[in-house]
Amino acid sequence: MERIPILRMGNFLLVTIQVDMHDKLALTLQDDLTAKIADVGAKGVLIDISSLEIVDSFIGRTLANIASMARVLDAQTVVVGMQPAVAITLVELGMSLPGIRTALNVESGMQYLHETARAYGDSEDYDGDSE
Amino acid sequence: MAKVFDVVRKKQDVVLDGWLQGIKGGIRRRDLIDERELKSQASEVLSALCAAPPDASLEDLNIAAWQPLKDLLASLSASRAVQGFTPSETALFVLSLKAPLFSIARDQKGENADQLYAEITAIDDFVDKLALHTTDSFIHGRDQVIVRQQEEMLELSTPVVTLWDGIVALPLIGTLDSARTQVVMESLLQAIVQTNSRFAIIDITGVPTVDTLVAQHLLKTITAARLMGAECILSGIRPQIAQTIVHLGINLEDVITKAKLSDAFKLALERSGRTVTRVAKGSASVLSGAREL
Repeated sequence: MERIPILRMGNFLLVTIQVDMHDKLALTLQDDLTAKIADVGAKGVLIDISSLEIVDSFIGRTLANIASMARVLDAQTVVVGMQPAVAITLVELGMSLPGIRTALNVESGMQYLHETARAYGDSEDYDGDSE
Repeated sequence: MAKVFDVVRKKQDVVLDGWLQGIKGGIRRRDLIDERELKSQASEVLSALCAAPPDASLEDLNIAAWQPLKDLLASLSASRAVQGFTPSETALFVLSLKAPLFSIARDQKGENADQLYAEITAIDDFVDKLALHTTDSFIHGRDQVIVRQQEEMLELSTPVVTLWDGIVALPLIGTLDSARTQVVMESLLQAIVQTNSRFAIIDITGVPTVDTLVAQHLLKTITAARLMGAECILSGIRPQIAQTIVHLGINLEDVITKAKLSDAFKLALERSGRTVTRVAKGSASVLSGAREL
């Protein structure tokens, strides 16, 4: 079955969506990601959607759900690289995704995750990458 | 074609004088057109009228014989639309031709009331059709002016300027409607992607009124920018507009708002970890540095 890979970078999880999201794939990602967060005790999740061209209300809601679930599991979620067309579509659909942090690109998204992790005093785990 | 026009051909000068008298009687816009130009326009029209073949029918303006005359009137009225004449003034220009033509008809057929009546009715109909055609072209010309201005406004209204590395500004001028919001939103988001900007300042100093619809459009743009990972600052809110926003119950609590563009710029600089300081007078490093370059 088709899956979206979830990469681990220390305390953070990195998800890059490079295929067209369909409903089943989104739900699989939701399952995999929550399982992985709980498994590794991740403090942050970065979802890169810069290659995502088409979005509908279901995908939008799944993204919001993933962010809420991650927060329950004590991980910050940041969505990066949203295309202008996707942003306009989501706004027109009335989905402003209020709970989700966003960033322009992976770099500033990672910076944000580091900052929040540092604020909670958890960053030493990441720096000791060797674990 | 009525017999009158045979006479007109012979007595073009007389008709022209009579016509100009009529135009001057009705016209009040000497500031827009001088007498010499008016005369040359009138004589052009008269020549075009006389150049039509003698057997051309007065009843149908759509035949080929009248095409040069129609084209001339169309171009005249289009230029008048640009100059700022009113439709009635433009129509009057053509309608004033009736009086001299009627007087010629009376000179010819004054004895025979039936023939005079038929002649005058034919001329009357013909000149009316010409006047209607002129008014149509006038309005068409004015429509074109309006369309062109709308296009220009749409282009003018959406410049996204880069204030600093990572900070873009969008100075909005004029009322926001749905079509403009779409253009504004697209160009702002595109600029955010291209310049990799974390901050976008929307300045509404030039927006005359903010009602619920405009506010909704602004909020949409701000939300879309936030979704892409850029922070939006709304600036240039005048006191009256602040009052209107509160009276209308528009919720701008989630949006950073500043009174002036400079305040918004300062905040964006601070948030991106920069400060602006004044160079000490003694050191003058800026000036000397510039000279060395």
